[in-house]
Amino acid sequence: MAKIVNPQHEKIKSRIAWGIAITLAIIWVVVTLGPFVFMVLNSFRDKKMMGRQGVLHFPDPWYFQNYPDVINNGFFGFFFRSVIIVSISLVLMLIISSFAAYPLARMKFKLRGFLYAGIVAMMSVPMHVTLIPVYQMTNSMGLTNNLFSLLGPYVAFALPMAVFILTGFMMTIPSEMEEAAVIDGCNKYNMFFRIILPLSKAGLSTLAIYNAVGMWNEFAFANTFLTDIRVKTLPLALGAFKGEHSQDTPLILTVLTLSALPTIILFIFFQDKLVKGMMAGAVKG
Amino acid sequence: MAKLQGMAKKDARSTAIAATVFLFPAVALLIVYMVYPIIDTFLISRLKWNGFYTAEKINVGWDNWIALFNDQLFWNAFLHNVILMVCSILIQIPLGLLLATFLDAGGRKTNIFKIIWFLPYLMSSVAVAFLFYYLLATSGGLISGIATLLSGKRTMVDLLGSSPQALYAVIGVIAWQYTPFYMVYFIAGYSNIDVSLYEAAVIDGANRRQYLFKVAIPLLGPIFKTACTMSLIGSLKYFDLIWNMTQGGPSGGTELMATYMYKMSFQKFNMGYGSAVAGGMFILITVIALLFQKVFVVKEDY
Repeated sequence: MAKIVNPQHEKIKSRIAWGIAITLAIIWVVVTLGPFVFMVLNSFRDKKMMGRQGVLHFPDPWYFQNYPDVINNGFFGFFFRSVIIVSISLVLMLIISSFAAYPLARMKFKLRGFLYAGIVAMMSVPMHVTLIPVYQMTNSMGLTNNLFSLLGPYVAFALPMAVFILTGFMMTIPSEMEEAAVIDGCNKYNMFFRIILPLSKAGLSTLAIYNAVGMWNEFAFANTFLTDIRVKTLPLALGAFKGEHSQDTPLILTVLTLSALPTIILFIFFQDKLVKGMMAGAVKG
Repeated sequence: MAKLQGMAKKDARSTAIAATVFLFPAVALLIVYMVYPIIDTFLISRLKWNGFYTAEKINVGWDNWIALFNDQLFWNAFLHNVILMVCSILIQIPLGLLLATFLDAGGRKTNIFKIIWFLPYLMSSVAVAFLFYYLLATSGGLISGIATLLSGKRTMVDLLGSSPQALYAVIGVIAWQYTPFYMVYFIAGYSNIDVSLYEAAVIDGANRRQYLFKVAIPLLGPIFKTACTMSLIGSLKYFDLIWNMTQGGPSGGTELMATYMYKMSFQKFNMGYGSAVAGGMFILITVIALLFQKVFVVKEDY
């Protein structure tokens, strides 16, 4: 005998389930947003008022001086240095990785399997195992406290995954395209620039976003190589400001708000692209 | 015939030349910045050296490695890495799946939740570290503020000041930052499931819940494996957040292998021992990652 399900009953049950789900969802929204609210709200407070008013009150009165204070103390310097090193590293990385992916995806030669396996294996190398030698190398090249000392490590550490993704991407390009180009008298070099590279645009843009975020936030190499405040990048700005104004919590929270802003603005404009780009790292498995 | 063979040979040669030209920059960079440094780390690990050119490099053989093997601080750091790894896998991945399931079931109208939930992952680890350093501060912090409000008198909650709370506080912060990543990852997993499977399940009389537990989640299997692998490797080489939030403190309570290595090398300038720590870390990560892969592959074959 089949159990008779009362549809009315089922409806109520699913409504309760949905109610619980929404409640939990809202709790997680509070957990997620709480720290952001704390950050933004307190950046509009005078440091003397922080202790007196307690963090849960709205600033009274609102204090706007923290923002000009941070901006006039070299914030844009940190910002532009980050823009420069990230854009140069990114362009170089994209060129070099698409160069490397082309023969791995479209040519047959002896060391192909070995090179591919070797490059893929480097994806999970922790940077700390290379840090001391790379630091020594940087010093012996006379690049101490030079922004461009980051170029090599940034490009090299982004390469393995980029080559892996681009090789996979280029393998899906139909070979008829290439055959047609060969008949038209295209050699291997023209083929890359005229056929393969333009067809890899989607893969390249995903990689560009993923690595731009990664390089923009990079800390360990920058912190080791750049000790002079005049050459430091944006992730080091927080430490630099904290070193000078350790007691001024609202000021540090202002630096935080300002440095989080670029990615959040980008996210608002390119939501799907950015999410897709940041997920690129997940295809490894 | 001979001419044809000659052409094939010529073609193979031109392919080899083209491959070399295109691969050269990448291979050269990887050798200079990855292969050589890894080897060099192991070579430096046999030296006593403070890192300055002019300073004397003394070959001490395996001394650093023996010291490392007996170093309680290093194994403590490793233990913290393992706790972090286990907690990350047990908190972030289920939570990410839960959030993704909610968004998948809710469809378009829950999009605002997706946007808000993703925000923490947009912050850099350094920024998250500083934010929570102030948020968890005993005076002027959010947690202490809430505790004061709830208890009605001035209350200080010192989460980062003593062990073992500090480690669990840090694990909570890391979960806050990385859960969105797994959420988006599982959303992608759900959207990759063929719509026809849902239709078939509905035709067979399955309701939403049955479809979820009997069809959708089992299909996410391979994605779980990748998510766990990423979480595992990430937890074992974790650095930025801890370094900026606690520097491994209080008194080693949140020390990780990477922070210990950094401290030895760039604060105590003991490059030989720092290299041994880095080498040990490299070996442990490789072994654990390989073991994990092996166990999972066996499980998948049943």
